[in-house]
Amino acid sequence: MSYTFTLDGKVIPFADGQTIIQAASAAGVFIPHLCYHPEFKPHGSCKLCTVRVNGRHTASCTMRASAGMVVESETEEINAERRALTQMLFVEGNHFCPSCEQSGNCQLQATAYHLGMMSPHYDHFFPNRPVDASHPEVLLEFNRCILCSLCVRASRDVDGKNVFALSGRGIKTHLIVNAKSGAAGRYGLRAG
Amino acid sequence: MGFNEMHAEAVAGVVDRVINRYKRDPTCMLQILREVQESCDWIPPEAIDRMQAMLGVPRTKIEGVAGFYSFIYTEPRGKYRVLFSDNITDRMQGNRAMMERLCNNLWVERGKVSEDGLVSVGKTACTGLCDQGPGMMVNNYAIGGMSEQRIDEIAELIRNKVPLAEWPPAYFKIEDNIRRADILLNADFKPGEALLAARARAPSDGLNASNMRSWREGLPSGIGGPGATLDEIKRSGLRGRGGAGFTTGLKWEACRNAQLKAGHQRIVVCNADEGEPGTFKDRVLLSKCPDLVFEGMTVAAYAIGATRGFVYLRGEYRYLLDHLNAVLAHRRRENLLGKDICGLPGADFDIEIHVGAGAYVCGEESALIESLEGKRGTPRNRPPFPVTNGYLDQPTIVNNVETFAAAAMIALNGGEWYAGIGTKHSSGTKILSVSGDCARPGIYEYPFGISIRQVLEDCGATDTQAVQVSGPSGVCVDASEFDRIIGFEDIPTAGAFTIFNKTRDMFEVARNYVHFFQHESCGFCTPCRVGTSLLKNLMDKLHYGSGSPYDFAEIEKLNQLLQSMSHCGLGHTACNPVLDTIAKFRPYYEKRMMQQDFTPAFDLDRELSAARQMTGRDDAGAHLVTEHGGQA
Amino acid sequence: MTEKKKLKVATTSLAGCFGCHMSFLDIDERLFTLLEHIEFDRSPLTDIKTCSPDCDIGIIEGGLCNAENVHVLREFRKNCKILIAMGACAINGGLPAQRNHLPLTTILEEVYHTSPGLANGMIPNDPELPLPLNQVHPIHEVVKIDYFMPGCPPSGRRNLEGADRSVGRQGARTRAWPDAL
Ligand SMILES: Cc1cc2nc3c(=O)[nH]c(=O)nc-3n(C[C@H](O)[C@H](O)[C@H](O)COP(=O)(O)O)c2cc1C
Ligand code: SF4
Ligand code: SF4
Ligand code: FES
Ligand code: FES
Repeated sequence: MSYTFTLDGKVIPFADGQTIIQAASAAGVFIPHLCYHPEFKPHGSCKLCTVRVNGRHTASCTMRASAGMVVESETEEINAERRALTQMLFVEGNHFCPSCEQSGNCQLQATAYHLGMMSPHYDHFFPNRPVDASHPEVLLEFNRCILCSLCVRASRDVDGKNVFALSGRGIKTHLIVNAKSGAAGRYGLRAG
Repeated sequence: MGFNEMHAEAVAGVVDRVINRYKRDPTCMLQILREVQESCDWIPPEAIDRMQAMLGVPRTKIEGVAGFYSFIYTEPRGKYRVLFSDNITDRMQGNRAMMERLCNNLWVERGKVSEDGLVSVGKTACTGLCDQGPGMMVNNYAIGGMSEQRIDEIAELIRNKVPLAEWPPAYFKIEDNIRRADILLNADFKPGEALLAARARAPSDGLNASNMRSWREGLPSGIGGPGATLDEIKRSGLRGRGGAGFTTGLKWEACRNAQLKAGHQRIVVCNADEGEPGTFKDRVLLSKCPDLVFEGMTVAAYAIGATRGFVYLRGEYRYLLDHLNAVLAHRRRENLLGKDICGLPGADFDIEIHVGAGAYVCGEESALIESLEGKRGTPRNRPPFPVTNGYLDQPTIVNNVETFAAAAMIALNGGEWYAGIGTKHSSGTKILSVSGDCARPGIYEYPFGISIRQVLEDCGATDTQAVQVSGPSGVCVDASEFDRIIGFEDIPTAGAFTIFNKTRDMFEVARNYVHFFQHESCGFCTPCRVGTSLLKNLMDKLHYGSGSPYDFAEIEKLNQLLQSMSHCGLGHTACNPVLDTIAKFRPYYEKRMMQQDFTPAFDLDRELSAARQMTGRDDAGAHLVTEHGGQA
Repeated sequence: MTEKKKLKVATTSLAGCFGCHMSFLDIDERLFTLLEHIEFDRSPLTDIKTCSPDCDIGIIEGGLCNAENVHVLREFRKNCKILIAMGACAINGGLPAQRNHLPLTTILEEVYHTSPGLANGMIPNDPELPLPLNQVHPIHEVVKIDYFMPGCPPSGRRNLEGADRSVGRQGARTRAWPDAL
C-alpha cells in the first residue's frame, strides 16, 4: 500500500525504482536541478537537487524513493546551500548573461533566478576557455560549460557516438571532443 | 629527433605489445596507459590512435581516463620526470630548497620541461616516504632521503643521460623502519597456515559451499569452513583499517549473501592506495609481509566465495610491483593461489595487481573500483554499495591492506584470541606511521588503546605542539589532548601520526593540507570541485596577509557546504584541517589576520604591473596602495 | 515638527555604459516623489565631484577596469553607509570583463601597435590617464558591498522598489535589494 513518501509535508506517490526527483516531478513538485534530465541516466554531480532525507543531505536525482521517507526540499537552509552552489558555478566559468545568446532560455540562469541569487558572492576565476568554432554548424562555447555532462550522456547513451567526454581532474576538469586535433570540426559532428 | 619523439611504428609496436598482454581488455585501460608510458615516456597521440583501434573504444574515453591521473602525461614531460614529494613533512625536511637546487643545476624551471626536452621537475602529493624524506620520484620510481649531495649526483646522472636502471641501487632502497612490532609485523606465520586453519574449522566441504552453490543453499553460518571463518572474523570484532572503520565481518557477510547474477563472481579487492598524507604503513606491510596480506585476501575469498582478487597499488609504490608479483607467482606454485587451493576442489582464487597513477581519490572504494575497471576515478553514487554491485557490477569487498593482514592472523588464531588484544571497543592492533618532529620516525604497531603521549615518548618526540592523527582527513590534537587514546572509541585512525613541535607554524600545516585536497579533488561534484579551490584561495589570502574576520566566516560557511553537499569523503573532510587548527591554534591565524576590515584577495598594485611595463610609467598615479574595503 | 531628514544618495559609473543610470531615470515622474525623501550627493546627475562624508547610500554602476575606478570605489566605501552594486558590470564585471582571458599586454599591443588608428603606435602614458588593471574585477572583490541589484540594466521598476525599500516606504512589490548573499 504505502508507496508514498512526504516532500515538505506533501504526500508523494512513487513507483518502484523511481528516484525522489522523478516521483516529485510526476507529482508536479519542482526540485531545482542542473545535471538531471528525465531522458538520461542520472549523474548526481551538480548537487543542486540536494534534499534532506530523514535529516541527511542527499542528491534527489540519484536517490531512489522509498516508502515513508521524510524529504525536505524548500527550506531556507537548503536553498541557501543551493544558491551557494549556483554561485560557485557562476564564478567557475565565464557566464556573462547580458551578452549570451542563451539568455532567457538557460537553465543555469533560471536556477539563479529561482534561488534569488543576487550576486556571484565569490571572487571570479575568469578562466581562459577558448571557443571551438572549427565546425561549420556547431559552436562549442566552453565558457558556459558547467560540466553537467548531459551532452556526454546524450552522445554516449542515446546517439551511441561518444562525441564528448570529460577529461582533466578537479578544477581542471574540462569537456573534450572526439577528434585527434581536439577540435570539433575534424570530427564531422553533425547538427540536427 | 627529440628526447620524447618516437616513430609512429615504434609507438604502435609498444602499444600492441602492451595491449596484447592485457588481452585487449578495455577494463585494463589504466594499466595499458601506464605501461605504454613506461616505454614511450608519455602518451603520444599516435599511441591513442592505436589504442582506439586495438581496443575499440572511443578516443574521448581514452583521453578522459588519461587526463584524470596525475602520472599519465598526454604531453611530453621529458626523458627524466622528477617529482618532489610535497607533504608537510617533506617541507619540514627542506624539499623546497632541494627542488630549487635541482632546478638550478639542470637549468629547468619548476613545473616545466627543460628546453632540450630532457627533464622536467615538479611536485606531487605525499609519496609515503615521510619517515625517510624528503622523498622524490623519478619516472615513478621512489627515492628517499634526499640530500644536497644526492641532488647534485642526480643532476649529474640526468645531464649525462644515464638510464635509470644504471643509477646507484642505494637510491632506490626504501627502508621499512619498523620500530615496534606486534602481532602483525612480528607474525610467526608460514604462507598457507591461515588457509589451512580456516579450512580446518570445518570438517568437510567448506569451500565448495560458497563457490559452487548459490547463496540460498549456503551452509548455515557456523558449520562450513567459510561460515566458520566468517564467524571468527565477526567474533574478532575486526574493523576496517582504511579509515572508515566499518565492521569487517558485516561487510564480508553482506557480500557473501549478495545474489550472484549469471556469469558473475565475487571479488576481493585490497586497497593499497594509501594516499592519505603521512601514511606509509601499507607500504611496509607489503614490503615486509606480503604473504600475510595475500593470505588474508585468500581467506576472505574463502569466506565469501570469491574467485577473483585485485590489489590496487598506488602508483608511488610502483617499485614494489615486481617483488609482489614474484610472491604471487610463488604462491601459485605452492597451490596457495590458482585452482583447487590447498587441494580443495572448487577453491579457485587468484590475485592480480593494478597500479594506480597519482590520484588520491582512488583510495575511496567506489572510485577505486571505477579505476580498476579502467575508468576515471570518480566515486560512484551509493547505494548500491560495492558488496552487491562492485567491480563490473559484481559483489565486491574492498578492504585495507592491514585489514587483510589482521584477517589472516584471525583465521590462524581465532577471533577470540584477537578480541583479547586491544580495548573493549577496538580489538587488535593498529599500525601507526610516525613521522615529523621526532627522533625515531617509522612504523609502530600497538594494541589499540595506546595514548598519544606514549607514542610520542616511544618515538622520541619532545616539545610537541600538535599531532595530526590519520592525516588531513583526520584530527589535529593539541598538547591538552595527549592522554587521549588511539581507538574507535576515542581517536580512530587510518595510521598517519604526524608530529609537529613548537617551532612549526600550524597555519602553514593546514594550508599545505588544503592545497592537497584542492589538487586531489576529482572534480565530479560542484561543492568540492569549486569549494576546495575557493578554500585554497582563502588560505592563500590569509597567508599573504590579506585575511580579515570576513574570510574566517567564509571558511566556516564553505565547511558547512562541503560537509552537507559533497559527493564523497574527500569533500566532506577537506575543511577539517582548517577547522581544527582554527579551534586549537588560533594565534597562528590571528598573527596573519592582519586586517580588521575586508581586504581584497589580490594585490591591486600588482594589477597595474602590465600597464606600468607597457607605458613605462612609475609615477604615484601608476600605483595603488593596499586599502581596506569596509568593515567585514 | 521638523521635516524628516532626507537620505543622501551618491551614484557613479565605473567601467559601465551608463545604462544603469539611464534605467534609474526610467522611474519617470516618480522621481519627484522620491526626491521628497532623498537628495543626490556626488552623482553624474548633479555633477558633484566628490562624496560628502555622510552619505547614506552609494550606488555603483560598472566594474573596476582601471586605477581611477578603484579610487572612486574606495571613496564611496569610505563615505557611504550603505553601498549598492547596480547592474551586471558592477556585479560580475560584465561586458568589459570579457577581456579577462587576454593578457593586458596583448590587448595594448593590438590596440595601439598593431591595428591602424590614431595612436601612432604609441601606448598613451600621460600621468593624467589612469592605468588599466590586468583584469576587470567585480566591485565586491575589492570592497564590501551591502546590496546587489542584478540586471543589465536593472529595470526602472526594480530601481524604484529598491528606492522604496531604502527610504522605508511600505508596499515594495517584490523582493528587492535582498541581503548581501
Ligand atoms: C578520499 C578517500 C580516500 C581513501 N583512501 C583510502 C586509502 O588510501 N586506503 C584505504 O584503505 N582506504 C581508503 N579510503 C577508505 C575506503 O573508501 C574504504 O572505506 C576502505 O578501503 C575500506 O576498507 P576497510 O574496511 O578495511 O578499512 C578512502 C576514502 C576516501 C573517502
Ligand atoms: S557542454 Fe556539456 S557538460 Fe558542459 S554544460 Fe553543456 S551539456 Fe553540460
Ligand atoms: S567530493 Fe570531491 S572527490 Fe568526492 S566526488 Fe566530489 S569532487 Fe570528487
Ligand atoms: S540534478 Fe541531481 S546532482 Fe545535479
Ligand atoms: S552598465 Fe549597467 S550593466 Fe553594464
